[in-house]
Amino acid sequence: MGEPGPEPAARGRELAEGALAGDRRATARLLTAIENRTPVAEAALRILYPQAGQAHIVGITGPPGSGKSTLVSALIANVREAGRPVAVIAVDPSSPITGGALLGDRVRMQAHAGDRDVFIRSMAARGHAGGLAAATGAAAAVLDACGFDLILIETVGTGQSEVEVAAAADTTVVLEAPEMGDEVQAIKAGLLEVADIVVVNKGDRPGAQRTAAQLRAMLVAIAPRPGDGDERPRPKRPEVLLTTASTSVGVPELLAVLDRHRPTDHDSGSAAARLARAEAQVWAIAGDRVRAQLHDDRHREATEATLRAVADHELDPYAAADRLLGDVQ
Amino acid sequence: MPDHPIKVLIAKPGLDGHDRGAKVLARGLRDEGFEVVYTGLRQTPEMIATAALQEDVDVVGLSILSGAHMTLLPRICKLLRDEGLDDVLITAGGIIPDDDIPALKEAGIAEVFGPGTTIREVADYLRANANPRD
Repeated sequence: MGEPGPEPAARGRELAEGALAGDRRATARLLTAIENRTPVAEAALRILYPQAGQAHIVGITGPPGSGKSTLVSALIANVREAGRPVAVIAVDPSSPITGGALLGDRVRMQAHAGDRDVFIRSMAARGHAGGLAAATGAAAAVLDACGFDLILIETVGTGQSEVEVAAAADTTVVLEAPEMGDEVQAIKAGLLEVADIVVVNKGDRPGAQRTAAQLRAMLVAIAPRPGDGDERPRPKRPEVLLTTASTSVGVPELLAVLDRHRPTDHDSGSAAARLARAEAQVWAIAGDRVRAQLHDDRHREATEATLRAVADHELDPYAAADRLLGDVQ
Repeated sequence: MPDHPIKVLIAKPGLDGHDRGAKVLARGLRDEGFEVVYTGLRQTPEMIATAALQEDVDVVGLSILSGAHMTLLPRICKLLRDEGLDDVLITAGGIIPDDDIPALKEAGIAEVFGPGTTIREVADYLRANANPRD
């Protein structure tokens, strides 16, 4: 690993410069390179990363069928009314059996397909757990550098504990559908703890008001207030909103709350979020590099022998890990 | 690079409300290991071209049963070429009379899959003919 070779470096520079100049084809090709983790992607990101950091990255997560894609589409419409560009990364699961995927989030967003200032990209999770794809963070950095000042990341349909989006985004929106359960569901640990905003969607359905009231009672009333001098890590204190994404009811209000959450330089919460994001990205790359090095021509045999020794119970996994780490540069 | 899944856009151009075939094909290709972007019904040629560009797909598969294929399909081929997507494999399926196929191929449709085509045949064709991205 290390520096990309001269050919990928030239191609990466070409794509990065094209993307920065507004060439959407170059942006799209670059996102593919990032998904495929090629040396071209690495070369381009080295150029683009210093240009990123301006965008407000918003994660949208929640159970399958709660209306994430429809809400994203309604948000796009509202953002475009204000004349702002917006990008979407929509993640859907990959098959654990065939590696294939059905990426269906665009179905709800096609009304915006003719608009040059809306860039929508579907992404298969490719075996990455946690609700995102491994490439999502780097893809957001590319779109950020390209001047999209709002980036919506739609996760795969999530359950209770896919909290990775909170590290990838500045602001996390958790969607719930009406009748999501009783108050005990609202006080379980996990996804709801990382929400900056909880949205009860399908607000025209029976039970929506009641669900919102239950969530407010359990999440907001007893959550600790910020700035009370207690510095321990703690769940967030989310706002609870009601929307009907299909008719855009409540969506302008959601957008206003999102804009209030836009990170600023002097906000300690967003500084912590950015540090968490940097940490997640760098650890992932470091892990990839260690794995790649241990499988290169020089190390493969020794690595496989060490793994076999663990399989045969001749070596414990901790000693094996230490040995492998000693083998890398 | 063959170790990355081939990415396919399945789209239904024009005013035709029959999407069972497109959905069955999308699901079938998923099971064959493709990454399939499905855009839904009633797509304009412009919507399809934008989606193909943003998604950077290897293949665009167009399902059409309305009879408007001689108008819509050449227009989509032209838009894709205009966007610089001339290395994307474009295929069609649905109800398309044999007599129309030569003109469609002339316009840029690489292959037309009629009723009775199996998923496996489509998948094998796409694997053999798609130009994977870098």
